[in-house]
Amino acid sequence: MDHPFAITLDVGTSKSNKTGSWRNVRPEYVHRLPPCNHACPAGEDIQGWLAHAEAGDYEAAWRALTVNNPLPAVMGRVCYHPCEGACNRKDIDAAVGINSVERFLGDTALAKGWAFEPPASESGKTVLVVGAGPSGLSAAYHLRRMGHRVAIHEAGPLPGGMMRFGIPKYRLPRDILDGEVKRITDMGVTITYNAKVENIREAMMAGGFDAAFLAVGAHIAKRAYIPAGEAAKVLDAVQVLRSMEGEDKPLLGRRVVVYGGGNTAIDVARTAKRLGAEEAVIVYRRTRDRMPAHDFEVEEALEEGVMMKWLSTIKTVEAGSITVEKMALDDKGFPQPTGEMETLEADSVILALGQDVDLGLLDGVAGLEVKDGVVKVGPNMMTGAPGIFAGGDMVPSERTVTVAVGHGKKAARHIDAWLCGETYQPAEKHEIASFDKLNTWYYGEAPQQMRPVLEIARRTSTFEEVVKGLDETNALFEARRCLSCGNCFECDNCYGVCPDNAVIKLGPGKGFEFNYDYCKGCALCAEECPCGAIRMVPEAL
Amino acid sequence: MTDNPGSAADGAQKLRYYQKGTFTVGNRLVDAENRSVQASEERSNALTCGHRACQGCGEALGARYALDAAMRATGGQLIAVNATGCLEVFTTPYPETSWQLPWMHSLFGNAAAVATGVAAAMRVKGKRDVRVIAQGGDGGTTDIGFQCLSGMFERNDDVLYICYDNEGYMNTGVQRSSATPPAARTATTPAVGPEPGNVFGTGKSVPRIAVAHRIPYVATATVADLHDLERKVVKAMSIRGARYLQIDVPCPLGWGSASHDTIKLARLAVETGFYPIFEAEHGKITAVRSIRRPRPVTDYLKLQKRYAHLFKGGQEDPRVARLQAMCDANIAEYGLLADGQDG
Repeated sequence: MDHPFAITLDVGTSKSNKTGSWRNVRPEYVHRLPPCNHACPAGEDIQGWLAHAEAGDYEAAWRALTVNNPLPAVMGRVCYHPCEGACNRKDIDAAVGINSVERFLGDTALAKGWAFEPPASESGKTVLVVGAGPSGLSAAYHLRRMGHRVAIHEAGPLPGGMMRFGIPKYRLPRDILDGEVKRITDMGVTITYNAKVENIREAMMAGGFDAAFLAVGAHIAKRAYIPAGEAAKVLDAVQVLRSMEGEDKPLLGRRVVVYGGGNTAIDVARTAKRLGAEEAVIVYRRTRDRMPAHDFEVEEALEEGVMMKWLSTIKTVEAGSITVEKMALDDKGFPQPTGEMETLEADSVILALGQDVDLGLLDGVAGLEVKDGVVKVGPNMMTGAPGIFAGGDMVPSERTVTVAVGHGKKAARHIDAWLCGETYQPAEKHEIASFDKLNTWYYGEAPQQMRPVLEIARRTSTFEEVVKGLDETNALFEARRCLSCGNCFECDNCYGVCPDNAVIKLGPGKGFEFNYDYCKGCALCAEECPCGAIRMVPEAL
Repeated sequence: MTDNPGSAADGAQKLRYYQKGTFTVGNRLVDAENRSVQASEERSNALTCGHRACQGCGEALGARYALDAAMRATGGQLIAVNATGCLEVFTTPYPETSWQLPWMHSLFGNAAAVATGVAAAMRVKGKRDVRVIAQGGDGGTTDIGFQCLSGMFERNDDVLYICYDNEGYMNTGVQRSSATPPAARTATTPAVGPEPGNVFGTGKSVPRIAVAHRIPYVATATVADLHDLERKVVKAMSIRGARYLQIDVPCPLGWGSASHDTIKLARLAVETGFYPIFEAEHGKITAVRSIRRPRPVTDYLKLQKRYAHLFKGGQEDPRVARLQAMCDANIAEYGLLADGQDG
């Protein structure tokens, strides 16, 4: 070595010392399943679309969202957001307002007129979808994207199913629903209205369909026998909510009693208030904590002056009044009659005791199995009859819009495979990115952004939407509260904290790579990764 | 993108450009110039790979953090003078070196004096833009090199002296230094006898001694708070005269901690009040780094085998309370529980 005066060592000579040989564990970049995605009944990649939203690229976020769910503006209003219940951020301050960002994206898409891409190629197969509710629309959208021709036969005069005839306008404005449906029909999905399918096999034969997806909603009200006088006015909730969509609004009187404890009971009581009822009383046989209705809806109803009568059953209905019997919960939490009676004034009684599905179209189809009023389906959403799939309210499951949308997507994938003579194999799920996988030190304090709520006076007199959307600033703030659980968000921590420069930064959007020539396996990168996207794996020695 | 105003309904709420990564090394949503030096693909890697520091070495990390920041601040016009110690040994086993800047080593105790000479030489040659950093461990700074360091301070020589404080003589087998904290077990303060580990009431705070010299700039920092560390290096390089920066660099070998806990320990040292983070200018303390999430000192101690004797047999030694009292005194003295900072 020939060096100038006082120079003894050459720059970078230590690189000949491959310290990677010291290692007995190696870091690996992994993707873990964010708890929000895991909890989403529609199978959305929530963390994925939030990542686009937080960069301010709302169109990319919307496109990523609609890969799984074509109805974000609807979903951002009516979904009960189990994602937020699962969100890891709730253990730091409060869950990310996923639902409000979803709504912001959905509304932005409608305002800007973003459209779905037509399918790249046509498959030549045709699928009949029965019912233009959330499940049917979702299946139609996904099947169309896969290149199949889709015809929806809808019994009603308008699309949306229970989203239109079950959910009041103050929760889901109809222009929003219409806008999102139109985007699906613009892709080439046809909807025939007032076309009730009476017999599915005949309908398939007549139209030359290769497969069918049944998505009939639960439109038939369950009845309970209550002795009623001749002049007594007893209605059912489905009928009341449905007639809200027509010209003639239902006449309910000044004092309205609603019987039941589910979300429909709440919806109908709030509707009665808006129609001018001075009193809307919900009579429920158990207590508030046992109500099937979601608590925030109960809270909103109470704010609007809806009254609750807990631990009561209706014994008789007369013109202008009802008799209720007080109940008491037994040791097991079941309500038992006490024999104590009470009379309430009531101009009308609305029963909200649950709904059934009209399964008449399945009569005589071989192989089908119906139990407890719903159709049995396999893990691939296919009924016992080959080529006939079913989802939504028709199959044993929770009855929500989000579950229905998820069924539609799942069924579409299996129908697509079935049409091609294959079996759809869902990708293996990653390990869940649970809270203990995170290093939450790195997340700044940021409180949740609340959506503005319409003032009470207008809530009890109009059908204006109660919960408003976030503006862009708040939506962006909210999106950036996402912790990105289990998926790298390019924070450069691994690249920074490595004492051995053994992490290579590949540039924006490309992530990082380990240089195993020098990585000593100290695991600082894994420990200091905020989102749990690095795993340490023992070396085979 | 910079700070945006919040909604009208919630005027106090600011949209920070990176609430998701306020404390991370980098952030994809931020302009390159607002990210840390360490986030850059163009960082100089003044201390590059192939060095022989232990797994998870806090000193190797701290030295790269500090020197890369200084390299950017000086446009690469930087010379480093190194005292004997771990940092010198693990980076330059003949004929290799991990340094990617002009670097020299003389003796254990004379780094400050040599740096003074280099700075004088640059001045004589008219190279005002070439800056000088002297660096060493706590042994070479607080004990062996202390006289030269004090001389450099009182003459106000144009040198930034960086002490990587791992609280002992680690490469020679973990002996006690005057920076070793009370109760810590070292080879020379074994965990035996009536007062096991390092005795209380000994040691010194060189940052406070530096402040007493009324030099232009003194600061403490840790490898757990990169943004704070880089900001202090940049500030130090903007000042002429004698400057002193002491960085807490956990040592997995000497502290008996897991290699992956290096940064966590440095963070806990701050959050417990064990290692006060402050800045001083011309003899006056001007700023402190507030504690963000206060923690009891036991959280810090239990991760380190050098304190294992304090928790032997599931019993908590009364000295733990004395260490907590020490932390509480720091918190009170420096006002570490004032309004928290957030990035």
